[in-house]
Amino acid sequence: MPLKHQREYRDPHLSRQLIQAIKHTHVRPVKLMEVCGTHTMSIFRHGIRDVLPETIHLLSGPGCPVCVTAQPEIDAFIAYARVEDTIVTTFGDLIRVPGTESSLQKENAAGRDVRIVYSAFDALKIAQANPDKRVVFLGVGFETTAPTIAAAILAACEMKVPNFLVACAHKTVPAALEALMTIEQVQISGFLLPGHVSVILGRQAYQPFFDRYQVPSVVAGFEPTDILEAVRRLVDQIEKGQPQLDNAYIRAVSEEGNPKARAVMDTVFEPVDAVFRGIGLIPGSGLRIRPAFAAHDAAIQIPVKVPVSKEPAGCACGDILTGAKTPPECRLFRRACTPENPIGPCMVSSEGTCAAYYRFHPQTTTR
Amino acid sequence: MCLAIPSRITEINENMGVIDVVGVQREVSLLLVENPQVGDWVIVHAGFAIQIIDEATAQESLRYLREAAQLLAENDDSGTAANG
Ligand code: SF4
Repeated sequence: MPLKHQREYRDPHLSRQLIQAIKHTHVRPVKLMEVCGTHTMSIFRHGIRDVLPETIHLLSGPGCPVCVTAQPEIDAFIAYARVEDTIVTTFGDLIRVPGTESSLQKENAAGRDVRIVYSAFDALKIAQANPDKRVVFLGVGFETTAPTIAAAILAACEMKVPNFLVACAHKTVPAALEALMTIEQVQISGFLLPGHVSVILGRQAYQPFFDRYQVPSVVAGFEPTDILEAVRRLVDQIEKGQPQLDNAYIRAVSEEGNPKARAVMDTVFEPVDAVFRGIGLIPGSGLRIRPAFAAHDAAIQIPVKVPVSKEPAGCACGDILTGAKTPPECRLFRRACTPENPIGPCMVSSEGTCAAYYRFHPQTTTR
Repeated sequence: MCLAIPSRITEINENMGVIDVVGVQREVSLLLVENPQVGDWVIVHAGFAIQIIDEATAQESLRYLREAAQLLAENDDSGTAANG
């Protein structure tokens, strides 16, 4: 049955009706931001920007986990790969992100052991199979990913795998939303809240943010009608002047989210101030491993020296992540910077805004 | 990194499950969901099931969406040319 639903949530007829409804309601120009890399991909793949009125701007925010990872964090990951008897394990996108001096891919080519895994449990298995090496898993991602990595740390404790370590660079979404509201050049009229982060957090997690800023916010799913319905609700709220914290993805997102996953995450991690690429330091926007699990914390077990980190020269990723610029406004876009030869993380990651523009908007070139 | 499409659990062995992703079998951890059953549709992220899709809600919200969209589209008789 749900597969049938899946098709129905892609129903072109229903999409057309929703577009009509949006056009009917919409008067004021608006900037709506999605804060989820999977939304960015879905919006581009289904051509949603093209079917909406030009006065509805969809901006991609800091929703691509690899993209928001700060340069010193990337440099530390590379430094782990250079430590003797260490295997670095990571999700795929990260290995091509250029650090200040190198990338994980370059380190791998130079003979260091860097392996791509599909899940944190795969990294745990590698640790079990290599008891004489330290296996560092690079923990990057938002609240959707953090519980899976917390579960792997708990399993490592239970199964007594002391050589499984995590380099924790997780970020959290509600704190980032607050920071976005304070950036002056980006006046956001409404947020499409991330679908799968909200699966874990529940709608209620955004309440403090919403109470403070009263900005229209709708949790959205990933199918075309999910996104169009969320846009419709945002436009409706804006035109009525009645901001709400709404949920248009109730088949997966409840009020309280997934308490079991949150409990696992909270057992292992605690909030910490973190730096987002493009935004800077945001209080309480990251996660670190609690002292009780220090034995599995790479930052404590393997101290590394990191060079003075530099962003890639000329890369506008920072501005792109806050919606202040679009990729064609970067001088390197499509010239020096392509998916084959990415200069910044927004072109590396399949969820990055530059990669999405490159792939789905062949006509956009630099000025 | 998110797999937006739900997958169906076809097998459960303790905390691990097998899911069917458009014909391909994959192992997933069931540690993060409450009381999973064979036949459940789950959202999978990085090797873990992170939510069981509530089928009744999925059906209901779709029906609601259709009704609302139809009503709103019917109201739209002016064509609102300004928005092109
Ligand atoms: S096109 Fe390349 S260089 Fe320009 S902002 Fe995007 S990633 Fe950076």
